Amino acid sequence: MTIYNLYIFDRDGQMLYYGEWTRKKQSGMSREEEAKLMYGMIFSIKSFVAKMSPVDLREGYLTYCTNKYRLHLFETPSRVKFVLNTDVGAQGIKELLHQIFTQVYVEYVSFNPMCPLYKPIESELFIAKLDEVVRQSPAYASRPA
Amino acid sequence: MSRQGLRPADPKKVSGELFTLTYGSLVAQLLKDYENVDDVNRQLERMGYNIGMRLIEDFLARANPGRCYDLRDTADKIQQAFKLYLGVSPSIGSWNPGGDEFSVVLETNPLAEFVELPDHCLGLRYSNILAGIIRGACEMVQMEVMAWFIADQLKGDNVTEIRIKFVKRLEDAIPAGED
Repeated sequence: MTIYNLYIFDRDGQMLYYGEWTRKKQSGMSREEEAKLMYGMIFSIKSFVAKMSPVDLREGYLTYCTNKYRLHLFETPSRVKFVLNTDVGAQGIKELLHQIFTQVYVEYVSFNPMCPLYKPIESELFIAKLDEVVRQSPAYASRPA
Repeated sequence: MSRQGLRPADPKKVSGELFTLTYGSLVAQLLKDYENVDDVNRQLERMGYNIGMRLIEDFLARANPGRCYDLRDTADKIQQAFKLYLGVSPSIGSWNPGGDEFSVVLETNPLAEFVELPDHCLGLRYSNILAGIIRGACEMVQMEVMAWFIADQLKGDNVTEIRIKFVKRLEDAIPAGED
């Protein structure tokens, strides 16, 4: 199992953070362009899913899967979005994303008055802690399966 | 709210008195700096707003309350938040007929525990920071609300009462277009 990369977006669609662990193929555009594309897609998928859903939706967690990777979207009620790409077999990613939110984002961004909301996150503590949580998660393995 | 490696089931609690007294010195300092109770009221509200914007994330992480589907849901969660952060259980009531306005009634107000208002401060809304916190926190979950004090034990009322009025739902931002 592998974790590829992570995007964090604020409620206005600005990318707050990008983290990469294993990524074998780059998109060939600037990170900003890529983030805009990613956010646009997430936005469209969300409204598409909400419209097409045959049952009442409870928002919060959404995932899609191609034959090569799986994308997980976790959105808090305050509209912070965590987008994580893993390989198709990864387990327990919902819990991992929740953990990233409660133990990393809240602790090191919300509680850090020197860390402005709605600006890309530069806190080294945050980055180190995020890396630690991801590397410790059962879904992380240095070599893809 | 201390920083710990792992969040335990029961987060480290601080003495309520420490909090009450710290808040008291904040208000006292503001009164010294502004010499005008209206300005102090405004500052307290603004500070509360800034606190609320960050506090909401902690509340979401800790209480995992999920999204609100109506204002009664919201009222319940505000009640839950008071319990979590101030250790008091306010009662919710006085709904208006339209169902977009309600009151949070506190039997005791932990912020004002050792406080007496001097005569020249009668216009001061001592706990106004709470109104700001409520407004800031709700705004982060797509709700614009107004919150204000309509009764205050410091001013001789039986209870402390915060009135909350729902203004509108804020919509999701649309991604920036490719121009």
